[in-house]
Amino acid sequence: MSEQATLAELMIVAASEAWRDNGEIFASGIGPIPRLGASLAKLTHSPELLMTDSEAHLVSEPVPLGPRGDHQPKYEGYLPFERVFECVWFGARHAMIGPTQIDRWAQTNLSVVGGSYEQPKAAILGVRGLPGNSINHRNSFFVPQHNKRVFVEGEVDMVCGVGTKAERWLEGARRDFATLGVVVTNLCVMAFDGPNQAARVRSLHPGVSFEQVQDATGFPLLAADDMGTTQLPTAEQLEIIRRMDPHDIRAKQVKDNPPAVPEAA
Amino acid sequence: MDKSMTAAEAIGRLESGMTLGIGGWGPRRKPMALVRELLRSDVTDLTVVAYGGPEVGMLCAAGKVKRLVYPFVTMDAIPLEPYFRKARQSGELSIMELDEGMFEWGLRAAGMRMSFLPTRVGLATDVMSRNPELRTVASPYDDGEVYVAMPALKLDAALLHVNVADRLGNTLERGHDRFFDHLFARAADAAYVSCEQIKDQLQLDAETVQDNRFERYLVKGVVHAPCGAHPTYFGPDYGWDMAHLKAYNASATEEDGWAGYFNHYIAPGEDAYLKAVGGAEHIRSLSLPAF
Repeated sequence: MSEQATLAELMIVAASEAWRDNGEIFASGIGPIPRLGASLAKLTHSPELLMTDSEAHLVSEPVPLGPRGDHQPKYEGYLPFERVFECVWFGARHAMIGPTQIDRWAQTNLSVVGGSYEQPKAAILGVRGLPGNSINHRNSFFVPQHNKRVFVEGEVDMVCGVGTKAERWLEGARRDFATLGVVVTNLCVMAFDGPNQAARVRSLHPGVSFEQVQDATGFPLLAADDMGTTQLPTAEQLEIIRRMDPHDIRAKQVKDNPPAVPEAA
Repeated sequence: MDKSMTAAEAIGRLESGMTLGIGGWGPRRKPMALVRELLRSDVTDLTVVAYGGPEVGMLCAAGKVKRLVYPFVTMDAIPLEPYFRKARQSGELSIMELDEGMFEWGLRAAGMRMSFLPTRVGLATDVMSRNPELRTVASPYDDGEVYVAMPALKLDAALLHVNVADRLGNTLERGHDRFFDHLFARAADAAYVSCEQIKDQLQLDAETVQDNRFERYLVKGVVHAPCGAHPTYFGPDYGWDMAHLKAYNASATEEDGWAGYFNHYIAPGEDAYLKAVGGAEHIRSLSLPAF
């Protein structure tokens, strides 16, 4: 069955690993693949995670994506945005988001790209909650198209999420709440856990070389000592993913929805 | 004490140059009937303070916005708001871009009559460098931690849409998330509230009364505007009108697209608007989105 898994499904499994051993915190996967990853984590290795229906309710079982038919969510609590912010500031959250740009210092951007700040080439969403998330709790990132437009050579055009660049931190500011998780892309799993918090490739997806990842990244990468191949989904994981995503929304998240193992195409 | 008034009377209380807060969140719970009346008015040069959705795009397209204070502008299922993008990319829009939680903190500070509230949020980001007026403050206690001093976001007026209101200004907000409407009401000198249903005076049981989220002394005007949040999501009464939001979004790619949208939907008035978008019955049948 693993041979038939798609790359999106492999990325969901990789994403789910971000929340392993996090303890009893709010797992917040923004966007279909991160959300399916968080759902898979809760349904397999980390049942203690708190999770919402992506609206305002904590649910004891993750809810499937999209129209639910007669599925009834199992509510166990209330978490509207006001309480999400309280949770963020308390630090008991691990979010996985998809920024428009990420730089070598793990700084992220969701605001504007190109041109000047006053007259950008492209306005995206705005800083949203990135400044607050990044300085208060653990954050992981999801990148469906790994390239140099996302992993930029210099600094991101507008630093929305804080990173590790020392010059950006005022003396007296607390940096210790700002913690980084993993980066799941369509090529690999990375983390900013090398010397001086440099980006390091933890695993390559099947058929992907380190050189290919480096060529698609605007800053130098390290290879983890034990860099291996990203795990393929198990039959049990695939069954859960398909149940959590009955409308196959995941198929539209990676360009052309390729298989997890290129040879299987 | 009867605070009921027409939308035109409520908007008539606004003046050009004011700082205007708009409740709701992205494409949810937006006081669109009041916004449409504002679009029909000659009020301009506004500083708009909002968790922005299509109302921000429309006000930008109509040239009403001098300055925008925001953490995001989005229509969610349609992530990029087309008219906001045009305005933002034109270089002519003055902005203050803030984190979502800092923004909340600014409203809270205003509502508590504080000049600022401290927060860690914003440090080590370009929110500080792009808003050089933001200052930091050190804890006076032994920890000495350095914080952002998030200034109060004081509003001249706030526009909100609620499920039920009475003529005294009592309101009920239902739906799964009421977002930060109560903080907008508190941060403003005057809140103008439109509602799906209007009553002479609410008589509630102890459970229902929990949907009352802010005091009536904050409310200076109550406008009966059924379907007044259309095309945004207004739980539990109706979902967002995705077909309409798509048509609005598409208008931005057409020549004189905004003029076309304005002339077709907004200029003829609110009764004509409801007819043009399919009528109240259609709007109330729009299913609530599942996420």
